[in-house]
Amino acid sequence: MAEFIDLVLLGMLAITALRVIFLKDLFAVVMLFGIYSFLSALIFVNLDAVDVAFTEASVGAGISTVLMLGTLALTGRKEKTSNHPALLPLLVVGVTGAALIYGSLDMPPFGDPNNPAHQHVAPRYIEDSPQEIGLPNMVTSVLASYRAFDTLGETAVVFAAAIGVLSLLGLPKRDRQAIESGLKSHLVLRVVAKLIIPLTILFALYVQFHGDYGPGGGFQAGVIAAAAIILYALVLGLPMATHVVQPALLKTLAALGVLIYAGTGVANFFLGGNFLDYNMLASDPVAGQHIGIILIELGVGITVFAAMLSIFYAFAGQAERTNIQ
Amino acid sequence: MSFIVDYYNYWIVVFLMMAGFYIVISANNLVKKIVGLNIFQTSVFMMYISIGKVSGGSAPIVAEGITTYSNPLPHVLILTAIVVGVATTAVGLALVVRIKRAYGTVEENEFEDKEDLI
Amino acid sequence: MLEQHFPVLPIVLPLMAAPICILLGRSQLAWLFATLISGLSFFISVALLLTTLDQGVLSYALGGWEPPWGIEMRIDVASALVLCVVTGISSLVLVYAKESIAKEIDRSQHTLFYAAHLLCLTGLSGILSTGDAFNLFVFLEISSLATYTLVSLASDKRCLTAAFRYLVMGTIGATFILIGVGMMYMKTGTLNMIDLAARIAEFDGNRTVNTGLAFILVGVSIKLALFPLHMWLPPAYTHAPSAVSAFLASTATKVAVYVMVRFIFTIYGAEYVFYTMSMDIILLVLAIVAIFKCSFMATVQSNVKTVLAFSSVAQIGYMILGISLVSSAGLMAGLLHIFNHALMKGALFMAVGAVFLRTGSVDIKAFQGLGRQMPLTMAAFAIAGLSIIGVPLTAGFVSKWYLVTAALEQQHWIIAFLVLIGSLFAIVYIGRILEAAYFQKPSEITEEKDIKEAPLLMLVPMWILVLANIYFGIETSVSVSAADAASQWLTQPTATMGAAQ
Repeated sequence: MAEFIDLVLLGMLAITALRVIFLKDLFAVVMLFGIYSFLSALIFVNLDAVDVAFTEASVGAGISTVLMLGTLALTGRKEKTSNHPALLPLLVVGVTGAALIYGSLDMPPFGDPNNPAHQHVAPRYIEDSPQEIGLPNMVTSVLASYRAFDTLGETAVVFAAAIGVLSLLGLPKRDRQAIESGLKSHLVLRVVAKLIIPLTILFALYVQFHGDYGPGGGFQAGVIAAAAIILYALVLGLPMATHVVQPALLKTLAALGVLIYAGTGVANFFLGGNFLDYNMLASDPVAGQHIGIILIELGVGITVFAAMLSIFYAFAGQAERTNIQ
Repeated sequence: MSFIVDYYNYWIVVFLMMAGFYIVISANNLVKKIVGLNIFQTSVFMMYISIGKVSGGSAPIVAEGITTYSNPLPHVLILTAIVVGVATTAVGLALVVRIKRAYGTVEENEFEDKEDLI
Repeated sequence: MLEQHFPVLPIVLPLMAAPICILLGRSQLAWLFATLISGLSFFISVALLLTTLDQGVLSYALGGWEPPWGIEMRIDVASALVLCVVTGISSLVLVYAKESIAKEIDRSQHTLFYAAHLLCLTGLSGILSTGDAFNLFVFLEISSLATYTLVSLASDKRCLTAAFRYLVMGTIGATFILIGVGMMYMKTGTLNMIDLAARIAEFDGNRTVNTGLAFILVGVSIKLALFPLHMWLPPAYTHAPSAVSAFLASTATKVAVYVMVRFIFTIYGAEYVFYTMSMDIILLVLAIVAIFKCSFMATVQSNVKTVLAFSSVAQIGYMILGISLVSSAGLMAGLLHIFNHALMKGALFMAVGAVFLRTGSVDIKAFQGLGRQMPLTMAAFAIAGLSIIGVPLTAGFVSKWYLVTAALEQQHWIIAFLVLIGSLFAIVYIGRILEAAYFQKPSEITEEKDIKEAPLLMLVPMWILVLANIYFGIETSVSVSAADAASQWLTQPTATMGAAQ
């Protein structure tokens, strides 16, 4: 049954991807991309990757789509027909695809438990991590402890993206006398938004601190919390949102999150451990692991929230500027 | 027949990757290029998650009565890769906005005409 | 006490310094702080190089998890050598940047510039230190994202399209590497490099493993701008701010060359890549075409930064040529050229940046008559230019010498000859600029203005690099013995490498 669902979803993905190639209406292209992202999140669930699905749905279908739409608002929604000969791209894609198919011929069969990928390193994560780290969610254990350095790098990437977008677009100024914007006149939207926003923030906190036990963690929580403020900005206007969460504060928060994460790692130097070795943080190694993971997830959550929201502010500020002009 | 059952997943994923790759290198509109890049990367993520699947396994969160879990390692790698992907998308789109402001267009052939070759 | 943590410090120091730069908020403070941190990383790298020359390899288990379950930092002579180049150049460029970006980058963006520079340094150090294939991808992306930002900070609008093209190409390259790493993981179940090497050695002609290698090599070739995948590089280096061009030209592509060396020699093993898959022929041909095509392109440009950018692609050809000779001597020449080329290209781009500061242009016309107006800057340009050509008593001569010797060692007369011919092109493109500077009258760009010598803060780092060019051209023992030790270490059979662990 799982295989059948998998096949149907893959088929839908293929149709979506083909449609994107031929469509000229960019608004539809971006919407199809959102669908593509959601469908792949479903595939991830079907293949047991619940944490990945959560992230793909909140990032790919959520943040990426919002940013793409924000860009379209500034650049126009029609693609002009290109007169490029498409022969060379087709050739490159053909060769690359043929190479991949050739490479797939010696791949281990899909789903076989005896595959090399499941034999060497992974069994320790599955069998020992609940004792060594003390968390039921193995993905969190690997992410935040065994491979915590990757995750530190990931946080740095988010921070780098925020720096990049801020240097390119700049943050909007806090301006109380700014023109009216947003969708305030829509009563239904306003009421529904006001109901949803506190719940979303509550949910973000739950995801942040429950990530050790179920799917979730700092990254997803940061994105969800940012989404709550983004909704606020969309309904009540950017000036109101920047009044509640100030752009300058976000810059500080993004920097602070990275420092919390790296600082947790450095603290271990002085307790006699290696970088990011949380065993030393408490008298009991498992308790130490738990403290370490909570701290670094907090760092991730803060940086992601601040970075995503400031990136949105930067794009929205551009749109606002164009409207005024 | 078992050959197809073993590999159909990878083959469709290869097709999806190439669809995304084609959009990146053939699209003339910069926003569409970024969409293609995202489709390309998302499809690569699917390849990784396919590697991690164990038939009859369940999500790698300890639960009573479950003995087989899928491999958590590819999931962790792809969580990181998704974040890297959205970071690249954000910077790419910010560049598109600036290009629109500087050149008045986001069609590659149009701004190529407007600048010197290099 | 901190000494045992040295392998991770060149990554963690700039990583923590980047957010602190944002918090500092003031351009001057951020500059001072970034320079200090970068200098500190340089001293740690030198200490690492001395230790590895002595002990061979340093392994550091992050989080205390032993590899392959945790991520390992693994530093051998090759990584420590390139690490010294990267952190050293970064420190000099930061000293240089203060005056340079004051003119080229808007004041409100200075702290962002320093933060992005430090993040780029973090990424590059991480790539050099890590012993984990996926971790390498993460650091590659940190450095790439920071690089796109750095390139797009220039005031000329063409930097935007250059940065966008770079972003698309760079992301395709990184995704190819991701596909390759996935294929390796699928067949071996591990991501640790040494562990991968031991397990890949068991396969012989496996189609998935071969395809994985092919994707990684193509991905890395995009990142290192190997001909014909180099088209993103000339615009990016031409339109980036001068300090950024100086930093990237002497570090980013070199680190990518290092990644290629790491994958070929440490993970797959030279024997597998070159004999089983015959990659040496492909690399050799591409390298030679790169040397000639791009050297020629360099001779016909009027923008001096574009000249230097094309020259960089050609010089990368020399490095790849050394690797593809499939010998310890060839690899050593390639590594030595990474080191020496960083010294010369850094100095050249710094000199061009100084000219831009004073004349407001980098067109070859702006250089006319500068020999008298900016004597120190142009003297630096001239000496570093001679080093590119490969004149004796400069660093460039040393690496060309070893490259030619390595080719002759294997009776490749034609290759040795082609290397020498390639240098003739360098005489033309460097000669054109020197001729303009010393033998022509000031053009309309500069004649009305009163051109002064570059400020001291730019001259000092520039001249440190120039003097290093001369020093390493005469006193070759340090650089040559380090490159030699690195190539010996890399070309030894993989089995003993695992044993050293």
